[in-house]
Amino acid sequence: MTTLPDAGAAHAADVSPVTSFGAASLALRRDLTLAFRKPAQLIQPLAFFALVTMLFPLAISPELSQLRQVAPGALWAAALLASLLALEFLFRDDSQDGTLEQYALSGQSLTALIFAKTLAHWLLTGLPLALMAPLAAIALGAPNSSLAGIIAAVVLGSVTLSLIGSIGAALTLNIKRSSVLLSLLTLPLSLPVLIFGARATQVAIGGGSLVAPLELLAALAVLGVTLAPLAAGAAVRISLE
Amino acid sequence: MNFVWFHRLGSPPYVYALAQRLTPWLAWPAALLILAGLWGGLVLAPPDYQQGDGFRIIYVHAPSAWMSLMVYTSMAVSAAVGLIWRIKVAHAVAAACAPIGASFTLAALVTGSLWGQPMWGTYWQWDPRLTSELVLLFLYLGYMGLRAGIEDTQRADRASAVLAVVGVVNVPVIHYSVTWWNSLHQAPSVMRLAKPSMAPAMLVPLLMMLAGFTLFFGAVLLVRLRAEILARERANPWLKEALAR
Amino acid sequence: MSPNTLEAENLHLWRGERHVLRGVGFCLPAGQCLKLTGANGAGKTSLLRTLAGLMYPEEGRVRFRGADVREDLRGFQGSLAYLGHEPPLKADLTARENLRYWIGTRRRVSDALLGASLARVGAEDLSERLVRTLSAGQRRRVALAGLSLCAVPLWLLDEPATNLDTEGQGLVGSLIAEQLARGGLAVAAVHHELPGLAAQHHLELAA
Repeated sequence: MTTLPDAGAAHAADVSPVTSFGAASLALRRDLTLAFRKPAQLIQPLAFFALVTMLFPLAISPELSQLRQVAPGALWAAALLASLLALEFLFRDDSQDGTLEQYALSGQSLTALIFAKTLAHWLLTGLPLALMAPLAAIALGAPNSSLAGIIAAVVLGSVTLSLIGSIGAALTLNIKRSSVLLSLLTLPLSLPVLIFGARATQVAIGGGSLVAPLELLAALAVLGVTLAPLAAGAAVRISLE
Repeated sequence: MNFVWFHRLGSPPYVYALAQRLTPWLAWPAALLILAGLWGGLVLAPPDYQQGDGFRIIYVHAPSAWMSLMVYTSMAVSAAVGLIWRIKVAHAVAAACAPIGASFTLAALVTGSLWGQPMWGTYWQWDPRLTSELVLLFLYLGYMGLRAGIEDTQRADRASAVLAVVGVVNVPVIHYSVTWWNSLHQAPSVMRLAKPSMAPAMLVPLLMMLAGFTLFFGAVLLVRLRAEILARERANPWLKEALAR
Repeated sequence: MSPNTLEAENLHLWRGERHVLRGVGFCLPAGQCLKLTGANGAGKTSLLRTLAGLMYPEEGRVRFRGADVREDLRGFQGSLAYLGHEPPLKADLTARENLRYWIGTRRRVSDALLGASLARVGAEDLSERLVRTLSAGQRRRVALAGLSLCAVPLWLLDEPATNLDTEGQGLVGSLIAEQLARGGLAVAAVHHELPGLAAQHHLELAA
């Protein structure tokens, strides 16, 4: 029968402490590993995005020239709704099986761990959305020249959307039938992203300089990165009380 | 000495009694100021050279809009106090503020819309201030919805406090982005809810309405606060004694 | 470094209107175990969660090694291992992966050590199996393997022998005995008597 290390003795070869950064990157890897074991779940937000985009030509007109006018708004409305749909999965499983609680008790910075989870979530939902956005844009009549700008705008915007969404997801943990409440909480806070993102898309379609609109989106993302994981961490601890 | 005062403010029985005593001191001046302001604004002030008598709704619209924002800030501040120092009365204050603020927001929206009708010909325009008020209404509804969705009072208090703080940080961002969005699509200025240039005869009643609304908020807050404390401290013996008196 | 001691002083906790903990206090010195008993709803889980710093008592304090845990909550939580009702395992990871990701956020552990800990709890043949294919008892064993890997002085255990057979219950008893022998502390909430558990202190919570 093998023995295990003493609580107090030193045996650095087998057991050594881990920094918050190390813990966070491990958390990131875990979430990515878990997601790829259930790849079907990753497709759903993308399918939803495509579906919502399709609503606009059916509801408005098949004329690309007309759709081009509403393309920025339609694209971002679809992106916003798709990212909202994906948000529920951010903390739900971990909260139910007790691993979120273990993160809170790990002795590491919960803010860092939540940031890692949100980053994983963005890599799995926001980034694919951004890569799919050009397809939706073309379907709505956007010119090919605008596609690079649109990807950049949706990348930046989706980062902020994931971050803001993490706050709502943490606040509504374990509430019954919380998806509508989650949307009600997250959408007003996401409006600046919608406004700046749609503006950036419009500028891209019109062929103007994207520096200023993208800078605004980047500023929102920076604000989100600094504040959102903190708020989400506080909300997670509150849900564990 | 100051510390004692602060500590007593955290005690529900003390606050309950204090609220009861203070309410008339706020309610009567509020009623007087509002009546005087309405008289001054609706009757005494001259009609605006541009908008005629239609501008008079500003005497209800502007104070409502101002209060909707002030109440949200008060709500966020007391929620933050409750969150950081774990003072339950502060959470009760925040809970009491929310419906009052939402009502002010609704009043601002309705009066804004009524104001717009004679000017724009429609009941709604995406004026930056009206749009911001609408977003603020959703922030209030979200706050109240979160509270309603969590059964445990303590968790509801703390979660909604985080939401209120996040919201109050976001309000300037949202306001800026909405104003910027509106400026991109330059609508002619007649489409905006422009404040007419104010002669003193117009300004004084407006300030009276503002002060009156603030005191009115205070009075209603105290009444709601007592109701909140009643609901929260149901099981506590001090309450039964206080009610028996 | 102060010796490992855990003290609770006059803990009062309300959940809504229920006064769950009414002036709970105890002093647990190094190398000893506190057994918590009480009917359902008496507050065993609430007390454990309060000791772990997850719940905040309205009154009273928890002290570890002489210092109030609120002064350095993160440091304190790094020195404890908490096992709740459900084993904290992801269903879509194998037992070994679960341990690596769970314990790995606290300590870097080698593969050899992971294997040894699974063997200790009799779960070495489960190490490459997905947790969703394991029975409740098997998951509990994997969780216990994680517990020993944490290498921390304080264990807070909520019904650690749930779903375990007699042999498993004996395992829990001997794991705790080893922890105590190392100079560690354990607080265990139990519903039934645990064979092989020598608890020096007993706290009965009344509902």
